[in-house]
Amino acid sequence: MMLVAAQVLLGAALLLCVWRAGRGPRAEDRVLALDTLYVNAMLLVLTFGMRQGSSLYFEAALVIGLLGFVATAALAKFLLRGEVIE
Amino acid sequence: MSELADLLALAGALFAFAGSVGLVRMKSFFERVHPPTMGGTLGMGLIVVASMIHFGSLHELLIGFVMAVTTPIGYVLLVAAARRRRGR
Repeated sequence: MMLVAAQVLLGAALLLCVWRAGRGPRAEDRVLALDTLYVNAMLLVLTFGMRQGSSLYFEAALVIGLLGFVATAALAKFLLRGEVIE
Repeated sequence: MSELADLLALAGALFAFAGSVGLVRMKSFFERVHPPTMGGTLGMGLIVVASMIHFGSLHELLIGFVMAVTTPIGYVLLVAAARRRRGR
């Protein structure tokens, strides 16, 4: 029951991040909202794995964490310089 | 023992939710950078510990280590980009 409540809270957090990503006045706000979105999605996958009792979801959460950082770093580099690889 | 894990997961989800509420409600971008770090550090740590207790394994430490190392790097790059775009 408490795990369901945790999942509902994380889902609401995802919706708030989507609102900020759509509204965000500038590009930095959208990138920040995407960063928060992937962290919350990773936590949601972890709690989902706890409910299912399978450790497969742990690997999915690890991949989400790694690729999310790469996406944030690439987008921030693009905003900083205008190109990703120079 | 399982109830303890559920309680820790709920506490971590509360922190992540509070961080997202702050992301929506803060006024300027530089204020908005602060709240999500709460979900990225303390919320992530609590849910990782909950998963470790639930499965009785240690490999969730990998997620905790990866997030603790990469989150500050991403935010520093993002704030540097925002400062450059504002010309200061």
